[in-house]
Amino acid sequence: MRRMMAAFALLMLLALPAAHAVQPDEIMSDPAKEARARELSRELRCMVCQNQSIDDSDAPLARDLRLLVRERISAGDSNSQVLDFLVARYGEFVLLKPRFERQTLLLWLLAPLLLIGGGLALWLQIRRRAKTGADTPAPPLTAEEEARLAALMSDDAKSS
Amino acid sequence: MIAESGHYALVLALGLALIQSIVPLIGARLHDAALMNVSRSTALAQLLFVGASFVALVMLHVNSDFSVANVYENSHSMKPLLYKITGVWGNHEGSMLLWVSILALFGGLVAAFGNNLPLSLRAHVLAVQAWIASAFYLFILVTSNPFLRIANPPIEGRDLNPVLQDIGLAVHPPMLYLGYVGFSISFSFAIAALMEGRIDAAWARWVRPWTLVAWIFLTLGIAMGSYWAYYELGWGGWWFWDPVENASLMPWLAGTALLHSALVMEKRNALKVWTILLSILTFSLSLLGTFLVRSGVITSVHAFATDPTRGVFILLILCLFIGGSLSLFAGRATSLKQGGLFAPISREGALVLNNLLLTVACAVVLFGTLYPLAMEMLADFKMSVGAPFYNLTFAPLFALLLLAVPFGPMLAWKRGDLLGVMQRLLAAGVAGLVAIAIAWGWASGGATLAPLAIGLGVFVIAGAITDIVERTGLARVPFATALHRARGLPRSAWGTAFAHAGLGVALIGIVCETTWNSEHIATMKQNDVAHIAGYDVKLDGLFQRQGPNYREMIAEFNVSRDGEKISVMTPSKRSFTTRGSSTTEAALLTRGASQLYISLGDANADGAIAVRIYHKPLVLLIWWGPVLMAFGGVLSLSDRRLRVGAPKPARAKQRLQPAE
Repeated sequence: MRRMMAAFALLMLLALPAAHAVQPDEIMSDPAKEARARELSRELRCMVCQNQSIDDSDAPLARDLRLLVRERISAGDSNSQVLDFLVARYGEFVLLKPRFERQTLLLWLLAPLLLIGGGLALWLQIRRRAKTGADTPAPPLTAEEEARLAALMSDDAKSS
Repeated sequence: MIAESGHYALVLALGLALIQSIVPLIGARLHDAALMNVSRSTALAQLLFVGASFVALVMLHVNSDFSVANVYENSHSMKPLLYKITGVWGNHEGSMLLWVSILALFGGLVAAFGNNLPLSLRAHVLAVQAWIASAFYLFILVTSNPFLRIANPPIEGRDLNPVLQDIGLAVHPPMLYLGYVGFSISFSFAIAALMEGRIDAAWARWVRPWTLVAWIFLTLGIAMGSYWAYYELGWGGWWFWDPVENASLMPWLAGTALLHSALVMEKRNALKVWTILLSILTFSLSLLGTFLVRSGVITSVHAFATDPTRGVFILLILCLFIGGSLSLFAGRATSLKQGGLFAPISREGALVLNNLLLTVACAVVLFGTLYPLAMEMLADFKMSVGAPFYNLTFAPLFALLLLAVPFGPMLAWKRGDLLGVMQRLLAAGVAGLVAIAIAWGWASGGATLAPLAIGLGVFVIAGAITDIVERTGLARVPFATALHRARGLPRSAWGTAFAHAGLGVALIGIVCETTWNSEHIATMKQNDVAHIAGYDVKLDGLFQRQGPNYREMIAEFNVSRDGEKISVMTPSKRSFTTRGSSTTEAALLTRGASQLYISLGDANADGAIAVRIYHKPLVLLIWWGPVLMAFGGVLSLSDRRLRVGAPKPARAKQRLQPAE
């Protein structure tokens, strides 16, 4: 049975080149460092994948990057040093959370600006209208609607 | 023959759509009822022909007619029947055909059930529908014909992408398309209103049920897709902020805003211009989604096609419709009169806040999706925007929104009493605080944000319950009276409560899953035991099995807790011979709302296998929430006020209406 299983496992190994996201052999012995590695992995893009973090990806490149992150961590790098190292090597493309800088200013400030701007505009408009405007009357009915209304009203009169 | 008939039916549908694009508008100009009524028959005939075309493609797939390129590329004679059928829309051409079929279905529904619409409005709406339909029929016929034949038919097909061979494909795309395309109706109504220069509360009343239908399907479609990704992709993630997911989320956010602003318009005749704009934006975002997925501009697991001509064609459609409708809006919007007045603190004010937050959230997603693309083209700066960005920007917006949700339905129209509402929400607030304390104590410090978020979720749920309790007067009047009142409550009130509670439920699920998810990654041999979240998971053995069009390796795990056997879990890896690719079939064990999740990695030569075991606490709440929301939508839809073409209301019984 064992031999069959082993043979089959070998077969699967040949048939399935795809690796899996974080693999058992990658895990670091120090749980604290491993946790840091996982945290960093979630912020790093697997560059050959379709918008996946290296923590999620099966690609060989993602595995290489995961190992690289762990290597840097064992070498004593801080989280930001690891990120700097990877950015120096692969460019900003590798960061899933873009840095706050000139090119990404608009991206990061969009939400607060829209929220404040939109809120202010709305508040002013509501206040202005509350001061000046009165309820505008509904537009007059078209001839067609008048006819329908009349029909409905006569229905009403009959049924009640 | 079938392929040619299908193709011909599609050409005929295009012809009908072209007639429907023009004739009703001439009729409306001339006030000619007969010409305007043409729209009705053409819409129904279009539905018939597109339906026939779709059925033809389904038949080709079921019959495994490999002389048709589309069937050859996406099917296999050994494929189970279900996947032969679902495979029809598991590819670019077929999914576009499904898209137009659903468009024709909605057009047909308006034609069939729009008897109570003013004639000219119906003519305009159906004409606009026909513009959209014509554009997409042309797109299919010119660039993506699913009925193309192969000169020398191969003997066997290339099979469907294994990841798509799942029941999820049967449900997810049709639901999603019903949502996307359903928003075309509110778009058409908006354009019709702009062209006629006439819009009133009745308009909102006609638009709301259609928007609601689309929203319900989109909600379920997104939730379904998320659950599918969760169990199929094998690492237990359920939302990736993938561009294509964002493409479905944006119309959902805009559509949710639209539902709420249409409510204000219907009840108070206010926010007209804004509602029109939202109708246009919602469908534009649906189109944008189609463009992003179909053009290959953004690579993603969902993108089938990377053909530049298709991209350019869709981009043209996109510019035409979005540009055209927005210019029309810019030209005509000022002529629309503003309606009812309201104080900032009022139900209207709350709904405006809802709209503000949802639109900003939508803009964040839109920017996050397109910004890297723009930066690469304009500044030659390659960057990525992923989950960590959205967690930082999107999440706070939604937290604000959720904080405001319980207040909305309890504020009075026109001028609300915030202090009074706060007093009435006291119990809900206390419930939230208690939940925070409990979560804090249970997690003993740990994550600080998670208990707060759970408290927020509980507050939203308790707020929804409070609203119903207040409306029925459960705390003040005898139970029988309250029960009577509860029955008399409009269904839409129940719908609101369910939908809002669903938000809270989903939030709790999301927080619990992301914060207290435990995982165990290891290489396991036979009889090895993994311990995770109190469960003992023992690997009993590996064996293999032959499926219809794949081979699979199954691992059998025995799950027990405190020595008591609970269940057997059998995750597997399938390898599909035709495509030479494989899928991971995770095994899930549901305990309450929590799940144990096992997926397999690679096997070693010595018979050991890499295993990932997750315990995901309360993970199912993530999807129960949207189901509750959709259920709330259905309740609201069944409210007699909204029923399209409802027969005369029964006036005999005086229904108890709560003071609003």
